[in-house]
This record gives sequence, C-alpha cells and structure tokens, in this order.
Amino acid sequence: MNNTVPDAPRLALLYTRVRVEERMLLDAFESIGVPIEAIDTRSLAFDTTDPEPWTRFYAVIDRSLSLTCSITATRILEGFGVRCINPARAIEVCSDKLASTIALERAGVPTPRVCVAVDEESALLAVESIGYPAVLKPTIGSWGRLVARVNDRDAAEAIIEHRATLGSAQQGVFYVQEFIDKPGRDLRVFVVGGEPIAAIARRSAHWVTNTARGATAEGIAITEELGDLCRRAASTCHADVVAIDLLECPRRGLLVNELNHSMEFRNSVQTTGVDIPRLVAEHAIRIARACRAEVAACR
Amino acid sequence: MMPTQSTVQSATCPECEGEIAFQRRPLAGEVVVCVGCSAELEVQTVEPLVLALAPEVEEDWGE
Repeated sequence: MNNTVPDAPRLALLYTRVRVEERMLLDAFESIGVPIEAIDTRSLAFDTTDPEPWTRFYAVIDRSLSLTCSITATRILEGFGVRCINPARAIEVCSDKLASTIALERAGVPTPRVCVAVDEESALLAVESIGYPAVLKPTIGSWGRLVARVNDRDAAEAIIEHRATLGSAQQGVFYVQEFIDKPGRDLRVFVVGGEPIAAIARRSAHWVTNTARGATAEGIAITEELGDLCRRAASTCHADVVAIDLLECPRRGLLVNELNHSMEFRNSVQTTGVDIPRLVAEHAIRIARACRAEVAACR
Repeated sequence: MMPTQSTVQSATCPECEGEIAFQRRPLAGEVVVCVGCSAELEVQTVEPLVLALAPEVEEDWGE
C-alpha cells in the first residue's frame, strides 16, 4: 500500500467467509490508507491465558457470518481487553430476536407484540394469544429463514409440531410475533456510531420483505421521526454498527422489528448514494485511535 | 470466464471445470460465483489456489 496514513492504528477484521461486504470494507480501509489484517476466525485457536497475539490490535471488526464464531471470538477478545466492533453484548442482543425484543421493550422503543413459549402446548396458547395471522420465527436466524405466517389453528399446530420434531433445540423456543399488515414494504436504516447514515425501503409482493428472498431495495430519506427512533433503537443494543429493520403499522406507526449486528449493504450503496463501507471503516478507525489514546494514557 | 489482462490468479471450477479468474489476490474463505455454471464457490486454500462448492446456509449464519 502506497498511501498508508502515518501512525495508523492497528486493526483486524475477523471473517468466516469473504462476501462482497467484507471485500468492500477491506477496499474502504485500503482507500483510506489504514492497513487492516483480515483473519479467518475458523483458523484460530484462542489460548484464553495468552492475550499477547491480540493486544497489538486497538480494535477488531467482527464480520463472521457464523453467529457462533462471532460470539466466541468477541467474548474472548474482550476478555483480553481488545475493543470489538461490534461488542459481544451488542451481538448477543441483536442476534437473538427475544433478546432484541426485551431490550427494545425495556427502552420503550415501539416494537411488534411478542409472545414466547418453550413447549408445544404453550406455543399454541402463545399463537392464540397473539391472534391470527401470527408470525412464528426462530429466535436465531436471518434472511427470513423459517419465518412462517400462521393463518389459523390448523397451520399453527402443524408448524409447531414440525419445529418441535424436526428442529434443533433452538427451534424449541417458540417466538410468536403479531403480524403487521405493512404497506408492501419494510424499512431498513443503517446506523453507524449511533447516527443513521442511510435508509432503504424493501418492497416485495410477498409478505417477507428480505432482499435475500427477492425483495427490491430503494433509497429513502431519513425523516426526523425515523432517525430519532433508530438512534433510540441503536442505543438499546450498544452496537457501533447496526442495521435496524422497521415496519410501518397502520395503527401504531413505525415499529422496530429487528436489529442486525453484521449488516449486509452490497445493494444499498448505489441505491442510497451513501458510501456505507467507508463510513463504517472511518468509524472503526476513530474507535481504534481512541483506544490507542486510552492505552497511551495508562502507561 | 476467460482470464483477462487484469487476472492475477485463476482456478478451475470444481463443478463445471470452467476457469475462474481473480482480478485481486483471493482470500481463504472468499465466496465467488462461477459465471459458467452459477455455482457458488468458496476459496479453500490460496497456496495452492483451490476452490470448493460453498456450503449450504447454516442455522447460525446471518446478519
């Protein structure tokens, strides 16, 4: 690299697969002139008594596709005193829909009503309590996987039995959410350093509006209401970088639906005109510089 | 894909045996799509450069 910034803070990026987003982030660091070491989390064997290999980094960006890898690595690194982006507690809150719901409700951030059960019979009660149609989701998972709209009791019984019989232990947590009759789209706001930087609307004829399921994205303006709500939502999960999914409820207005700690943005840079990876990189560099200053002050 | 002037490295698609050209130095774990057969591939090793079919989505993968 020829344009390396003098005295650049040392950073690393953890990954399990190099998707387009990881390439875009690495390119952003290169264009800024700050070197960053890309490390495959799967290749690591952490010695919990030996922080030395990691203390040379002032910040580590976790971009592991696997949640298990993310949580494992960030817990260990934070134990070593290494600043992780995002922090482990942010990953824990964002990655688990139940934890997200609890954090949002405690903070008074409007979110769809949720009922949870850990037994098949109770799950049916939870669905009936929410009312039909209801939405049954795995507490952990992305891209709309295994999200089911339950229109009646017959469907509820079938889906609950399938989950209980065929699913993993995690599928034994029945997370039932009220169905929001949204206007053919949901909203996603990208928040970096607590500030909303870009927003898209995801449209689909299907009620699931994930772009991974074929929804199309278009850039939208961040209104004052939307921005304020997303600042509040981001602060509940302590994330440095987070994508917030929102639903427009005809009765209750904007509701925060999900929090995403390892956001994908490949289709949102052009549609919003915002250089999302560069803003993420710049924020990570600011954090790393601040951590370096703290370390220097302690010496 | 036929290697071009900007190709820095190339490998063979394990599915269709077509040529996969890299315009930048590949990273272990990098995901590429074969333009010949649309298979999603993952870089297994960079020295030597070996590609394999990318694994199916796992339960804990996501954003």
